[in-house]
Amino acid sequence: MQIYDVAIIGAGAVGTAIARELSKLSIKVVVVDRLNDVGGDASKSNSAIIHTGFDAPPDSLESRMVVNANPLYDKLCCDLDIPFKRTGAVLVAVTETEEAELPSIMAKAHANHVDDLEMLSAKEVLELEPAVTPDVRGGLLVPRESIIDPFLFVVALAENATANGTEFLTGWEVSNLTFNENEYTVESPKGEITAKFVVNAAGLFADKISSFLGIDDFKVHPRRGQFHILDKAAPIGTKRIILPVPTKVSKGKICTPTIHGNWLIGPTAEELDDKTATQSTPEGLSDIVAGVVKLVPGVDARYAITQYAGLRPVRTPGGYHLRTFENLPGFLELSGIRSTGLTSSLAVARYGCEKLFKMGLSNKYKKHFVSKRQAIPCFREADEKARNKLIKQNPLYGKVICRCETVTEAEIVEAIRRKPGATDLDGIKRRVRAGLGRCQGGFCGMRTPQILARELDISIEEVTKKGTGSEILDGTTKSLRA
Amino acid sequence: MKKTNCDVAVIGAGPAGLAAAISAYENGARDVILIERDKYLGGILQQCIHNGFGIHVLGEDKTGPEYAEHFIQQVEKLPINCLTETMVLDLSENLTIQASSKQGILHIQPKAVVLAMGCRERTRGAIALPGKRPAGIMTAGTAQRFINCEGYLPGKKILILGSGDIGMIMARRLHLEGAQVQAVVEIMDCIGGLSRNLVQCLQDFDIPLYLRHIITDIRGDKRVEGVDFAPLGDEGQPQLDKKISLDCDTLLLSVGLIPENELSKKAGIQLDKITGGPIVDKNFHTSVPGIFAAGNVAQVFDLVDHVSICGMQAGKSAAEYARGELEHFSESLSKVKAGPGVGTVLPQVLSGPADGPLKFYLRARQVTRKALLQLRNSQNEVVFKKKFRTVRPAEMISVTADNLDCSANEYTFELIGEDNG
Ligand SMILES: Cc1cc2nc3c(=O)[nH]c(=O)nc-3n(C[C@H](O)[C@H](O)[C@H](O)COP(=O)(O)OP(=O)(O)OC[C@H]3O[C@@H](n4cnc5c(N)ncnc54)[C@H](O)[C@@H]3O)c2cc1C
Ligand SMILES: Cc1cc2nc3c(=O)[nH]c(=O)nc-3n(C[C@H](O)[C@H](O)[C@H](O)COP(=O)(O)OP(=O)(O)OC[C@H]3O[C@@H](n4cnc5c(N)ncnc54)[C@H](O)[C@@H]3O)c2cc1C
Repeated sequence: MQIYDVAIIGAGAVGTAIARELSKLSIKVVVVDRLNDVGGDASKSNSAIIHTGFDAPPDSLESRMVVNANPLYDKLCCDLDIPFKRTGAVLVAVTETEEAELPSIMAKAHANHVDDLEMLSAKEVLELEPAVTPDVRGGLLVPRESIIDPFLFVVALAENATANGTEFLTGWEVSNLTFNENEYTVESPKGEITAKFVVNAAGLFADKISSFLGIDDFKVHPRRGQFHILDKAAPIGTKRIILPVPTKVSKGKICTPTIHGNWLIGPTAEELDDKTATQSTPEGLSDIVAGVVKLVPGVDARYAITQYAGLRPVRTPGGYHLRTFENLPGFLELSGIRSTGLTSSLAVARYGCEKLFKMGLSNKYKKHFVSKRQAIPCFREADEKARNKLIKQNPLYGKVICRCETVTEAEIVEAIRRKPGATDLDGIKRRVRAGLGRCQGGFCGMRTPQILARELDISIEEVTKKGTGSEILDGTTKSLRA
Repeated sequence: MKKTNCDVAVIGAGPAGLAAAISAYENGARDVILIERDKYLGGILQQCIHNGFGIHVLGEDKTGPEYAEHFIQQVEKLPINCLTETMVLDLSENLTIQASSKQGILHIQPKAVVLAMGCRERTRGAIALPGKRPAGIMTAGTAQRFINCEGYLPGKKILILGSGDIGMIMARRLHLEGAQVQAVVEIMDCIGGLSRNLVQCLQDFDIPLYLRHIITDIRGDKRVEGVDFAPLGDEGQPQLDKKISLDCDTLLLSVGLIPENELSKKAGIQLDKITGGPIVDKNFHTSVPGIFAAGNVAQVFDLVDHVSICGMQAGKSAAEYARGELEHFSESLSKVKAGPGVGTVLPQVLSGPADGPLKFYLRARQVTRKALLQLRNSQNEVVFKKKFRTVRPAEMISVTADNLDCSANEYTFELIGEDNG
């Protein structure tokens, strides 16, 4: 049986970031995830912001991780060809009470060593962002708050780790974890893995994974956040992330441009028990609009093209816990990464590696680490010369499949062929945006399954939205006729 | 950069585009290019294998593909250049077309363009349906394509949201395939499609219809497991105490069609906020000189026959424009507006000398019995009227008015019912 040096449980932002970091070493690493694809949980359904940490709890581990991670994105996104933009954020105070909060927010930023905020008058806010409410009383500019494509972030980390020898096992749900002398056995209905080191990066289910090893001093429950995505053509007009003055429970409902030119409004903050409660609700969706119009009056649910909801893993007791245990040598638990984990993942990964080294993982770096990854050439963004070149190299670039986002067959095929590649419709949607535009797959919803079936050499009836059990078709038209 | 010149280019080869290409050629245009992104000509008709097509134009009741075939054969007999699997990516105000194909990017410079891109279906996101996001939710048109063109079933226990024609036709189709159609749920007080479809597709098969109900939750993580819906109270709020929960594995959406006008926007064409399509005159000329629009791209039609008739007119006008024999309407000409009781009107502007009868396509705002349709001019005089037994939003009204003065007038259509008349 194969013995791995490190097994990582969870292929979200945190799991893939640490996998990529570990792939720089001459060791054998495997990442397992219960879902059919990488990044299928919290890491796909968030606000897609790379935070500065200006509003983190000062002196916390979270503050340290977020503040340190933010500057890492310029180089990483360049190396891995990930869509990323330093838009900056404007925090908007509308009421007198909110205005009175601004100095303390500024002070908190300094306490977090984020020293580049700027106090803005109402006039300055409106000069920067004319679409903000005329009722604005003042605000703060947070220059380094940025936006990213969260799907491609995780996919790119996973692809690059794979290129450096990391293995990914998807659809692989950990059902037990045991420690015997000096190695761990990771079990799933699909088989077993043995590893000397185990990283628990299971997000919402971190409590369950740790409990297999007898650790039961914490619980994780979901705090749901719902969103609307608005059409690119919506007349919203904001360029930066527009933030409200935060409340005690949450950062509040924001309006942010997405890296692909849409707008995102949300999230709600609903405390729940059910870890599968990813549905959106009529109340939640109308709360979002009601909240955000106070900041940007042009926002309207009429422009919505889709909705989604994500579950923040809320840990009790709270806060980031990046821990090792004396009686469990080799086990690293990354829990409590609640609402800033997309950002902090890069710093958490390095911090986590250090903890593994301290427990004896060999820190011998590879001589031939592949540090760069190239994105799938994007027809939509190519100019005419580049488009012709792409079609010449591969005529499938001349075949537009998703008309809203102008995605070609060549891009879809490449998304499937890469490693780890798309094996379902959601995987294709996240990698190349086919079906993510305003018609939401009404047209390509038919063709993409045909391409998937052909490339994976399966029947179209076996094509799924997100893994076994989510087949999009149910037999042939003759199957029910007597 | 190599440009292909031609007289008339038609974008989209559904019934509107096919008719426009034929009629452009028959009216003297010599180089006619018909561009279609699909592999086949025929547009949406290829998936409409039910009958009900062509009663007016062909005098026969045909299926969608048969109806399309009639026009495709004509196109194939004529020297019309059909570019299939070619998608138009851009259209400029000076009529330059940029399209992508397996051969590379094409540039076409026609003297006139007919837009015939049809429409697309509204989706779950556009109506902000709450609930989870499992597999098994699709638009009725996508399901129709799977069933009729590919031979696959989207599921076995079906709930349909929206009582548009496609939704009702799919209810019948799935029932006949042996699937269990649980219900059709409609937010409005009346069905969204034709009354003949209510009878022939739902009532004949005892499929329950819930009017004035909305979906409050969709259950299921991987595949749809059930849907909750509730009646609307007087204030339009769902009455959750009267909620109905049904188990199903599929939710089909038939919640409206939206004219496909991404290209029109790129060309700077003025759109009508209500129809969602370009503002046109009786020749189907849009606000950009030389660009015409016909069929569902201009306004969603109920019957294909009207689409073909509009397509023919647009093709003829495009040929005339290409020869320099047709002028563009100017700003100052007469406008036609939808007044009380009227949802949409086509055409929205009148141009040129009033040379004979003018055809209008309208939609009523609500179901009205013993309805009187009137057209008033700027002086508030009634210049045209017609009575109808019943008008319904789903059924287009087409009327022909004579002797209208097209110079700087403003016309308003109004519909008055027996109660408020
Ligand atoms: C509404 C919302 C908004 C947010 N906005 C932002 C933001 O703007 N910026 C930001 O930085 N952060 C944001 N976050 C936080 C961020 O999304 C998370 O902190 C981050 O995604 C956590 O990554 P992760 O890898 O720890 O967790 P996840 O992405 O949840 O990954 C955990 C993985 O573990 C897998 N797993 C669980 N149990 C098992 C098992 N038994 N066996 C195998 N695999 C298992 C899961 O399938 C999952 O893929 C937001 C979160 C939410 C919900
Ligand atoms: C399910 C359904 C049932 C119906 N039932 C009936 C009925 O019973 N009786 C009846 O009379 N009518 C019926 N109709 C209505 C009738 O079919 C439509 O009104 C008619 O097809 C509209 O024609 P069109 O040419 O405007 O659009 P379409 O048929 O939609 O054609 C548009 C074409 O343009 C192409 N296109 C779009 N964009 C581009 C681009 N950028 N580049 C290249 N090509 C492009 C598309 O691929 C498509 O082929 C039904 C319609 C539907 C959808």
